[in-house]
Amino acid sequence: MASAPSKLYTDDVSLLVVLLDANPFFWSASSLPFSKFISHVISFLNSVLLLNQLNQIVVIATGHNCCDYVYDSSSPASRSVGTGKLSALSVDLLEKLEEFVGRDEKLLKKEPEGSIASSLLSGSLSMALCYIQRVFRSGPRHPHPRILCLHGSQDGPEQYVAIMNAIFSAQRSMVPIDSCFIGAQNSAFLQQASYITGGVYLKPQLLEGTFQYLSTVFGTDLHSRGFLQLPKSVGVDFRASCFCHKKTIDMGYICSVCLSIFCKHHKKCSTCGSVFGQPHSEVASEPNKKRKAGDT
Amino acid sequence: MNNGEGRRLAGQAEEEDDEDDVDECGLEAWERAYADERSWESLQEDESGMLRSIDNKALYHAQYRRRLRSLASSNAASRIQKGLIRYLCIVIDLSRAASETDFRPSRMAVVAKNVEAFIREFFDQNPLSQIGLVTIKDGVANCLTDLGGSPESHIKALMGKLECSGDSSLQNALDLVCGYLEQIPSYGHREVLILNSALSTCDPGDIMETIQKCKKSKVRCSVIGLSAEIFICKHICQETGGLYSVAVDESHFKELILEHAPPPPAIAEFAIANLIKMGFPQRAAENVISICLCHKEARGGGYTCPRCKARVCELPTECRICGLTLVSSPHLARSYHHLFPIAPFDEVTPVRLSSSQHKLPKSCFGCQQSLLNPGNRPSLSVECPRCKQFFCIDCDIYIHESLHNCPGCESFRHFKTVSSSEE
Repeated sequence: MASAPSKLYTDDVSLLVVLLDANPFFWSASSLPFSKFISHVISFLNSVLLLNQLNQIVVIATGHNCCDYVYDSSSPASRSVGTGKLSALSVDLLEKLEEFVGRDEKLLKKEPEGSIASSLLSGSLSMALCYIQRVFRSGPRHPHPRILCLHGSQDGPEQYVAIMNAIFSAQRSMVPIDSCFIGAQNSAFLQQASYITGGVYLKPQLLEGTFQYLSTVFGTDLHSRGFLQLPKSVGVDFRASCFCHKKTIDMGYICSVCLSIFCKHHKKCSTCGSVFGQPHSEVASEPNKKRKAGDT
Repeated sequence: MNNGEGRRLAGQAEEEDDEDDVDECGLEAWERAYADERSWESLQEDESGMLRSIDNKALYHAQYRRRLRSLASSNAASRIQKGLIRYLCIVIDLSRAASETDFRPSRMAVVAKNVEAFIREFFDQNPLSQIGLVTIKDGVANCLTDLGGSPESHIKALMGKLECSGDSSLQNALDLVCGYLEQIPSYGHREVLILNSALSTCDPGDIMETIQKCKKSKVRCSVIGLSAEIFICKHICQETGGLYSVAVDESHFKELILEHAPPPPAIAEFAIANLIKMGFPQRAAENVISICLCHKEARGGGYTCPRCKARVCELPTECRICGLTLVSSPHLARSYHHLFPIAPFDEVTPVRLSSSQHKLPKSCFGCQQSLLNPGNRPSLSVECPRCKQFFCIDCDIYIHESLHNCPGCESFRHFKTVSSSEE
């Protein structure tokens, strides 16, 4: 992948993997039209590429039914010169994106009546991480990767386990997941993703200023981030939802075999089928507590 | 590859067939190591003129696949029940034998280094579990750290106490450990991992009684030996359902000890299933200052116990005021991949790739790397049995070892809905 063998990577070379939400159900209801948003994003991507000639950008579109790579600045195809009016990046990206949206629509079997029209964030996160692993494998000197989620759709509860797996894998390989959330309510998934991996979570107040938000908060490389005052987290919702009623709870019962969460005491675990005895958390923790108290 | 390489490959596949006599080149055993490795032949020049090793990848991948398959078959046999809440005592033998230098620089140093790595990996995979450290020295077992969930405190304690003397005593160690593990709640899985250097054990009484006691209190004992196989260790493991292995060198030892990090299959009668009451505290905003109970300092962030509203700094923990176990939902989620493992991918034979090239994709679905070697020869690749996407072998390893998601299945809604209706 390294085209010039004399490439010297320093602290401030970034690989930015952008996960772009292209969910038609979200954008049809959004106050900011998709076309305007895309123009903000393209200006942002161009400015990132201008910051350092070795910077690299990969864009993955996250649709309602599928995900795919839509742009990779390192691939030989995307090195073509622009048409004068438009840069090579926008021509390439827009073309691929249009193709992608068409494919996504074709895959739609039925309207998601009642259920949440979520995007496949778990898929695009997994693909981004695979790509980043490839960059890690490419040699001892490589650009510093980070993931930026430009997301607006609601969380899909069915993706919970997969998204969590991806988050932990990103954490292990020290890849921060930044999120810029443009939807109405905060996304608990992305809040947790950014908190766990040490990324930035931002929910812009004014969508018309998306470019400013992107360039000031997410434009800088990881090394320079240390010198900036970036938005601090405003609390993360770590509450779990119970498996039985999908209610968010702050105290509950956990099956000791499979760690399923329940809001009240059951006789049998619905996930793994274990049969429970009496709830005895209070009694069991008693001797442990005494021993700990004795130590200190 | 050449003849030598092929012979070595075949030999490895058949579990190291012993060839003790001098081989056809007339080399002695100590010379053969270099001749057989032929390290100079596994080098290749890349586009920029750098030397790079080749084809170890295929070998490594074959090994990895074998491991994956054996894991998958054992999973299928034992269903999905796993002991996810573990209480593990690591017994480290610091008797005279631990100062032997057959491992470099000494057995003790190698053990300590790998225990450190193990502790970190263990807590990464079992966030709700606890570890305690016990050492054997001068025939006496000492408790180094109490059962606890903080990796740093264990590692600090271990590194501070690295000296060895006297004999080893398995009985004393088992007695002490049993005493500790009896106090834990009944839903927890009790485990002992003994890292044994000595070839003998110097016991005050009948060790068979102690073994029976361990068996009765459902403690699963595993032993990793550093010298030779010993009958009594094997007996302990057989009786209590543990694993016994002997390390041949440092990398093998590391492999063996890390095998104990993922949760073992749960044995139904070992731990009684139960519902545990837990709290899920919310993380406060960074600018809300409050005094925490663990450091008695005023600081921002932190978590608030939902029952008594006490502030703690870290999770998972037990509330110091009301004793409620406090966890965050990511801690629980960290273990879910053990319950919903992804199926091993099927290997795609190069023949199939080249014969129907017009139809099959040319690049890995995950990382977009070309699946064709330089010179348009198809390289090794794998296929997910569910979504039929192709992956390169590097992605295959990453997906199964770290990510635990198939990018293909996750990227198409129609596979996701199929899977959710199955579950």
